[in-house]
Amino acid sequence: MEWLEQILASNAIFNLETLSHYGAGLILTVKLVSVALLIGLILSFPLALMRCSDNPFLSKPVWVFTYIFRGTPLIVQLYIIYYGSSFTLQDTIVWPIFKEAFYPALIAFVLNTAAYTTEILRGAIMATPRGEIEAAKAYGMSWWKRTIRIVIPSAFRRALPAYSNEVIFMLHASSVSFTVTLVDLTGAAYDIYSRYYAPFEAFIFVACIYLTCTFSIIYGFKRLENRLMAHLKPAPSN
Amino acid sequence: MIEYLFDFHGYGPSIMKGALLTIEVGFLALLLSLLLGLIGASAKLSNSKTAKGIATFYTTTIRGVPDLVLMLLIFYGGQVLINSALDWINYDLPEILLKNFDLEVAIELPWINIDQFVAGVGSIGFIFGAYMTETFRGAFMAVDRGQIEAGYAYGMTKWKVFSRIMFPQMMRHALPGLGNNWLVLLKTTALVSIIGLADMVRLASEASKAVHQPFKFFIPVVIVYLLLTSISEWVIKLLERRYSAGVVKG
Repeated sequence: MEWLEQILASNAIFNLETLSHYGAGLILTVKLVSVALLIGLILSFPLALMRCSDNPFLSKPVWVFTYIFRGTPLIVQLYIIYYGSSFTLQDTIVWPIFKEAFYPALIAFVLNTAAYTTEILRGAIMATPRGEIEAAKAYGMSWWKRTIRIVIPSAFRRALPAYSNEVIFMLHASSVSFTVTLVDLTGAAYDIYSRYYAPFEAFIFVACIYLTCTFSIIYGFKRLENRLMAHLKPAPSN
Repeated sequence: MIEYLFDFHGYGPSIMKGALLTIEVGFLALLLSLLLGLIGASAKLSNSKTAKGIATFYTTTIRGVPDLVLMLLIFYGGQVLINSALDWINYDLPEILLKNFDLEVAIELPWINIDQFVAGVGSIGFIFGAYMTETFRGAFMAVDRGQIEAGYAYGMTKWKVFSRIMFPQMMRHALPGLGNNWLVLLKTTALVSIIGLADMVRLASEASKAVHQPFKFFIPVVIVYLLLTSISEWVIKLLERRYSAGVVKG
């Protein structure tokens, strides 16, 4: 601890107070991103199955949803939901929830990541080898059973590399949440910049935190891919 | 009803001007990123270890940090950096020269102002240069080496080999990636509203705060973005068809 105190004493900006401000920002960013990703992932499975359906009444609405959310910037979606809820829900019972910027931001992030993940999963589902489905049919599996047992597990594996990009994209995109009064990592950096007028220290430090998070995510997904794709690895040469 | 729908309280024309600004920022940033991407890809494919190292550092750090953080760093930090550099050149450098080399010079470099437009275009171009570097690197590597050798064997100059053989074939491999990067870049331009540039997102949010009708001003913004995306996708498809001429699909 002594060395830490020494380092902290030798500069004016990184004292315990600012570091805990960064810490709180990190916690908010992680909370926002992980909850949004989890709900978005859960939503995207049924949406992707609907999107692959032959019935246009199922697939077209999902197409419209993904088209709108992938075709517009996240910050616009965030503003619409944040300002929209503050002007329309003010006199309703849900207002106590929407009063805090956290929930509008969470809803915007969930819808955005659900749209992207739906398209990723759709691509993976469409790429399911025909033989796998034929084999499942030959075994007499119902649509539901072959979707749960064959289509989704195999599609999820194929979607994993693209999904890891989506997770990183979401982590980076979450930085816009500081524009709606939330103090996430970027918000904390902005506070510290404006208090000390030290743009380099404030923003480069936060960039390093983001970089560390990004590399951890990449590493985690590589481990997961190795585990889930073990049966697809080329056989050892000897 | 119709009149009510299209009553933008006088904000209509300014939001359309904001749309033009969005397109302007997007195109200028695209040009910068293409230039940086070509330079970065040639550095990555060169034999120089330093060039490779710098290019790798550039692409990994840029792609690991949110674009908004980089934009804030360039907008707020760039001015400080330029100010201190100019201070040093204008005041300290003449003193040093006078003291050590007995040279009397007066340097007066003009003041450089990093406004929101320069910071916005510069940071978006700089960020997407990293993505373009990866796209171009993959595309250059996909061109058959034998074709380049054949070009030289015909006595073509370096430039001719590049413009006649490398570039047209590289573009075919690069276009899907380029198109994707452009679509992401277009949406990233919305971030310039945060550093205070009056693009359509900022104007719409100001108007909706003033008039208390957020949907009225943001729905046109959404429509413009969707239009821009759809037009871009159509143009990319045309370009892909043009650059795939003569390729037999298996």
